[in-house]
Amino acid sequence: MERVTPPPIRRIVLDREPTVAPPRPVPAPAPAAPASAAGANGAAAHAAGATALRGRFRPSAGPKVERMRIEQLSVFYDGKPAVREVSLPVRKGEVLALIGPSGCGKTTLLRSLNRLVELTPSASRTGRILLDDQDLDAIEVTDLRRRVSMVFQQPNPFPMSVFDNVAYALREQGRGRPSRGELAPAVTDALQRAGLHDEVAADLSHPALRLSGGQQQRLCIARSLAVRPEVLLLDEPCSALDPISTETIEKLIVRLREEVAVVIVTHNLQQAHRVADHVAFMYLGELVEYGPAEQLFYSARERRTQEYVSGAFG
Amino acid sequence: MEVRGAQSSKSWPLVDRIALWACWAAGMLLLAAAAAIVIYMGIRGIQYLRPEQIFSSPQADLDQSKSGGFLDPLIGTFILTVLGTLLAAPLGVAIAVWLVEYGRPFGLARLVESGVEVVAGTPSIVLAIFGLILFSNGAFKILSFQAEGGSVFGRSFLVAGVMMSLIALPLVVGGTREALQAIPRHVREASYALGKTRGATIRRVLLPAARPGIATGTALGMGRIAGDTAVVVILLGATQQLSSFDGAPWPFSTLRGTGSTLTSYVFNNSPAGEGNAPDKAYAAAFVLLGIVVFLNFAVDTIVRRRGAPAWSE
Repeated sequence: MERVTPPPIRRIVLDREPTVAPPRPVPAPAPAAPASAAGANGAAAHAAGATALRGRFRPSAGPKVERMRIEQLSVFYDGKPAVREVSLPVRKGEVLALIGPSGCGKTTLLRSLNRLVELTPSASRTGRILLDDQDLDAIEVTDLRRRVSMVFQQPNPFPMSVFDNVAYALREQGRGRPSRGELAPAVTDALQRAGLHDEVAADLSHPALRLSGGQQQRLCIARSLAVRPEVLLLDEPCSALDPISTETIEKLIVRLREEVAVVIVTHNLQQAHRVADHVAFMYLGELVEYGPAEQLFYSARERRTQEYVSGAFG
Repeated sequence: MEVRGAQSSKSWPLVDRIALWACWAAGMLLLAAAAAIVIYMGIRGIQYLRPEQIFSSPQADLDQSKSGGFLDPLIGTFILTVLGTLLAAPLGVAIAVWLVEYGRPFGLARLVESGVEVVAGTPSIVLAIFGLILFSNGAFKILSFQAEGGSVFGRSFLVAGVMMSLIALPLVVGGTREALQAIPRHVREASYALGKTRGATIRRVLLPAARPGIATGTALGMGRIAGDTAVVVILLGATQQLSSFDGAPWPFSTLRGTGSTLTSYVFNNSPAGEGNAPDKAYAAAFVLLGIVVFLNFAVDTIVRRRGAPAWSE
């Protein structure tokens, strides 16, 4: 179905304006056209809008393969726990969203998955994380980070051309320097998978930092995809972007789950609702609830989850 | 009634208006001083500068019409600036990278920072005297030359260049350090997250991003070298003409030899020095001022045209 062009989507900031409807088992069908729903600001209208958006994203058809397994993971900063005994699976073919209020440990959990958390001198970790049944600590860290790639909150292309940004990711340490011609097909491929190729194909030597914010973020995704990772970590990838770019990237995320396991940290409940297949709700470092997105949003078992997704706190 | 923004200070309290006026006056005063220097030197320079002065060597002659121009000092300024910069730039960048990207152990990093500040604050005449004592030591005879009695002369382009690099070094360190510190942490992490090592991140991401800062610091350092007098007077041997050391092949013959620069030429020809040829001093000073002003404009252009890359924090 061709979607009616909506007016600019209003981002609803939950901690200022609780507008989400109380949890309901069966969402009501959209009463009006999705266009009005997406722009509206009422509680019922929001739920309808979310449903309308959700309708665009069907569950992945491909098989779900477990890539990572987090077992009893705890992370401490200066001995204070930021993540407490969390166990979670990460599967290819689905998007896992980590949600929760600020400081609940979701970003720390994400940064543990590629051992970026080790860059913080005060951090320590207990528990295990497995990547394809291999302990993360047994994998060479540069190798691990190519297999578990990451995109950050702020778009951060390197100060070089669009082409070189992707080529930089492709050049492996100490394997000689492949020429631009050798790298070109892989660069094109990565840009295509990130849905950026058509916009930049005319001039790949364009300085990356002169692209728009949304294009920069998709370039960062292309850069992360170029190394053919098994898992893609996204740390609030849209929080610095406008609604249109956000929508583009959300569609991309949903598409990417077919080729890579996606873990996204988001502060934005609607976004989790739109992109996630499974959702993990974290609070004060603990994993409160984990389950399919529908269940977490509409029939959460835990009271804290219900309160959070209904906007009672954030 | 027309409502205007904050442009008009008419509605301000009196104290604020007086303060504003004082700030404005301070700015105008500096502008007037700069304009006075440039205009006065410009007039004198045009009045006394002859093209042949740039292409002829100075001669020791009391008759000013036969005492030649300042080709040798001009070359001397050029050699010394290049030499000092070639030493200061890589060293300064390396120090800044170590301070910002590694900086462990913490105490040692603070000590190095203080060291850079001490060098920056030391008057160049003190650096020059220290250099003379140091490089007159037999261990450094390769930098200058040894007199027949066996004592090391301790004065040459190489010796002066080494001490000049210390004058430029703090500026290179400062420019590079500021530029590196301005790069948000997540940019480094983005590189690590692609499986890159610290070294690769520094070489391929951080240093290119810091290039405008490095260039600014280096250009400012070049200006300081070109303008310094004390090191030249003490460490360059005070010969008006380039005087090569014949015991070494070129270019080491020149580098181990002595000479002069525009600054020492101006000093020597001014009434303050031994000569008394103010017209030649003016002409040389005009050229020197031109070089330094050019370097400063180059800095401005670098900063404006290739501004540092901008990321959000």
